[in-house]
Amino acid sequence: MLTVELTKKWMELFYAQIDQEKAYLSELDTPIGDGDHGNNMKRGVDGVKDSLAKLKDPTLKETLRTIAMALISKVGGASGPLYGTAFLEMAKKCDESQEPAILFAAALEGIKKRGGAKEGDKTMVDVWAPTVKALTDGSFGTEQIKQAVASTKEMIARKGRASYLGERSVGHLDPGAMSSGYLFETFIAAGGVK
Amino acid sequence: MTKKIGIVIVSHVPEIAAGIPRLLEQVAADVALTFAGGTDAGEVGTSATKIVTAFEQNEAAELLAFYDLGSAKMNLELAIEMSDKKVHLYDTALLEGAYTAATLLQADVPLTEIEKQLAPLKIK
Repeated sequence: MLTVELTKKWMELFYAQIDQEKAYLSELDTPIGDGDHGNNMKRGVDGVKDSLAKLKDPTLKETLRTIAMALISKVGGASGPLYGTAFLEMAKKCDESQEPAILFAAALEGIKKRGGAKEGDKTMVDVWAPTVKALTDGSFGTEQIKQAVASTKEMIARKGRASYLGERSVGHLDPGAMSSGYLFETFIAAGGVK
Repeated sequence: MTKKIGIVIVSHVPEIAAGIPRLLEQVAADVALTFAGGTDAGEVGTSATKIVTAFEQNEAAELLAFYDLGSAKMNLELAIEMSDKKVHLYDTALLEGAYTAATLLQADVPLTEIEKQLAPLKIK
């Protein structure tokens, strides 16, 4: 069950993870993108931290919506609207259910619609889609997430800046897949799904 | 008199977004032109909130939007969801698409005809 407390703890850990790995995320983005994924995500989580701190006794919906708006307005790159849409869709869905499997599935649909990417396009969808599936069949976990991130290495990019490189993108991990991996790993670390 | 339909330009770079309307003005003196370029901090990127502002600042109630690269489109779509204005989004080459639309709007060509001329300029 996703709660306000869990979401706050999750965002604290995600902030720390992005802060620690921002140079690595930008490094992943350098050969196949514009080299700014780490800085973009750091700006986003800075915004999330600031806006969550301003909320007084928020509902889960307000919390998720606040995260979404901070990411949309601060990130700058493609990750802003994509992660922002993910949290907006969770905000829309959370009156109906607080189950992570259901909320993340709604988020995934939003990401697919916003970015137009399918599985196998070497994007964050390649982490989100198997992870949503793993949440339903019980295989969800750190190992499963790491595998999903690693699977993007041999893929040919068909979306985003990396797609201009076509086959030259093979051999590189997708930075959006990596940051999505951090998002799910910190969800586990926050006590999201045991 | 200002035309009923306006144009909004969205680019990752503030100077590109500001520069294109300068070119369009030459053929479309009566078309309302606004733009959104860069992130809120003025860095390379796009911002849904800046795009919403460009929609609001445009005198026209109906808008044709043109953009440069992928994430500009995502932020444009988000901005369209946040705004009350009627916005049409085109996947054409940015400059050529906007220039074609501006010229035709100035000449009072109906939108359906404009869209026919924009179709072959679609590149993304």
